[in-house]
Amino acid sequence: MSESISRRKFLCIAAGCAAAASVAGCSDITHTSFFRHNFRDMTPDELKKIIADLEREHSATFGKQVLVGVDPPMDGVSFAYALDISRCIGCRRCVYGCVGENNQSRDPQIQWIRVLEMNKEKGIDFQEANPYYDAEEVPRPGHFYLPMACQQCENPACVKSCPVGATWREKDGIVVVDYDWCLGCRCCLSACPYGARRFNWGKPTLPAEEMNPDTHYLGNRPRPKGVVEKCTFCIQRTRRGKYPKCVEVCPTGSRKFGNILDPESEIRYILEHKRVVVLKNELNTHPRFYYFF
Amino acid sequence: MSNASSALPAAGTGRGGSLGRFFLFSVRQVTSGGRGYWFWVLGLAMVVALGVAAYVRQATGGLITTAMRDQVSWGFYIGNFTFLVGVAAAAVLLVIPAYVYQWKPIKEVVILGELLAISAIIMCGLFVMVDVGRPDHAWHLIPGIGRLNVPSSLLGWDVLVLNGYLVLNIVIVTNLLFALFRGKEPNKKVFYPLVLLSIPAAIGIHTVTAFLYNGFASRPFWNASILAPRFLASAFCSGPAVLLILMQILRKATRFEIQDSAIWKVAELMAYSMFLNLFLLGAEVFKEYYSNTEHLIHMRYMFTGVNGHNTIVPYMWFSVVCSISAFLLFLIPRTRRHPVTLNVGCVLIFLGCYLEKGMGLVIPGLTPDTLGEIYEYFPTPNELFISAGIIAMGSLVFTLLVKIATPIMIEHNASARHD
Repeated sequence: MSESISRRKFLCIAAGCAAAASVAGCSDITHTSFFRHNFRDMTPDELKKIIADLEREHSATFGKQVLVGVDPPMDGVSFAYALDISRCIGCRRCVYGCVGENNQSRDPQIQWIRVLEMNKEKGIDFQEANPYYDAEEVPRPGHFYLPMACQQCENPACVKSCPVGATWREKDGIVVVDYDWCLGCRCCLSACPYGARRFNWGKPTLPAEEMNPDTHYLGNRPRPKGVVEKCTFCIQRTRRGKYPKCVEVCPTGSRKFGNILDPESEIRYILEHKRVVVLKNELNTHPRFYYFF
Repeated sequence: MSNASSALPAAGTGRGGSLGRFFLFSVRQVTSGGRGYWFWVLGLAMVVALGVAAYVRQATGGLITTAMRDQVSWGFYIGNFTFLVGVAAAAVLLVIPAYVYQWKPIKEVVILGELLAISAIIMCGLFVMVDVGRPDHAWHLIPGIGRLNVPSSLLGWDVLVLNGYLVLNIVIVTNLLFALFRGKEPNKKVFYPLVLLSIPAAIGIHTVTAFLYNGFASRPFWNASILAPRFLASAFCSGPAVLLILMQILRKATRFEIQDSAIWKVAELMAYSMFLNLFLLGAEVFKEYYSNTEHLIHMRYMFTGVNGHNTIVPYMWFSVVCSISAFLLFLIPRTRRHPVTLNVGCVLIFLGCYLEKGMGLVIPGLTPDTLGEIYEYFPTPNELFISAGIIAMGSLVFTLLVKIATPIMIEHNASARHD
């Protein structure tokens, strides 16, 4: 007990020095967030207090009751995602469903999902991809669509590269980021082969009336500027047995999600019966995001 | 060193041994100087102030004040960082030829190299600090208190080796200077093992920094095993280029004695390094263009541009031209020894390596991004101001350190000759 107190004291002194050193960089730090531990190192009491602080802070900011959940991985559950490329029409409903559900910044615009328009003659060729297509009507002739988001790799290059252990893979297969631990060095952006990670280059803005108050600590709670975020398979929903928002809003049923450990699940059916590919297989990242056709 | 090893406490120094007096002496040194000195120091201080003002702007607005975006998420800051790690490494590597060829001013070469290394590492640290989104979270890197992710994160390793290297160089320099200040030789049992240790450490910091890029399988331009050797070869050109110019300035401005032969030898070694550097670059160019896979696109972005995106192309060709002409100048003994062509060569090498290791490594590595998008990065004025502030800061540190070291070295040499 006394050991942990002296460690805390030391931490406070060190942290205080660092705070004094980084004069102007601190506009986003509240007293509590500076001393906050990595999510994986918190004691239950500490976590409870931090959750209370966060809920109070966000509720005041957005003028509504904001909840910050910490639902742990469920036993016997490991998530996987499958996307039917032949069905996707490139309407970007998933993109905007995700933005709303996951409290992504409206300005500067942050979108975890990026839909690439591909040329049918070229096949899956990223150098021919167009993420900025603007069409009256989709799908456009001669094209198909490849929505990209975090591939939730079993062997994630981003996790390996993080110098402070601010991002890791949970037991249910979700790769998460602790926004209050992230250094903002962007090694993970360099490491990710799928362009899945987003950095808060400016202060994120989120209209209060559009803010989704049902959040998760490692998911869609509001983020500060200067840290990295990305898709979490809607951790706040899926750990409560719901589908990710993108699956729910897709008008064509191209998006499938489920527990890979459940032999009766739809995702298992797809893996066993469809022609399934993962992107950039040669990099040995073992994505949990499968494309089929 | 052999001629000075038997020196008794130097005659006429009359100084005591306490650290306090050494400190007082240092303060007196940096606060006294001619008009030129003050002009230089205050000029640097003004640039630092400009940099601080620009940083305040970045810290309040966020890194959106830079030109970096998700597609190209590292830029000018990290490019400068990489180049300066090379300078820090190479400055100390000059110790090797100094020993091999038994140059007369061996301690001067060592001291200058170590002081340059210290200043360069300080700049490296600052460049990383201005690049991160949450500098207040830097304490998360401290082992035991934070959560330093070693052995898996290469940036984690880089933090360890760079800080270790900084401490090592500070210990070596203060050990040597304090001993000479007291009119004594440094304790050989401590000093020489540390100097020897600094040599593999210098190679180590640059290798780890190369591995930081090399380790990203997602970025084929960096994921080439030739990268670390290329880093070392170019560092062996740029570091000595800086040092050669500094040595000549010091020789002119103070009574610091540095033989011509030492300078020429360094220039000759630089010619060989530059040959190796160009050879390794050529090997990469051959592999990419001959095999002509989809990975070629990064090199095409660098040398010819892709679909009209050619922001960095002129800089890269300028870099190649600088490096090749400097190589020729340093290869030919007559131009290597001529004071004008020697210094022109140094400047050319510096420019060539700065563009190649700064922008030329980072930008093409990230362009096009992993999903094939081309975002053309070019630093914003605010980014340039912050960078200028950091370089001025490093120059200021170096100036003050040299100001303290020079009289001690000169006095030591004078008394050693007396014996």
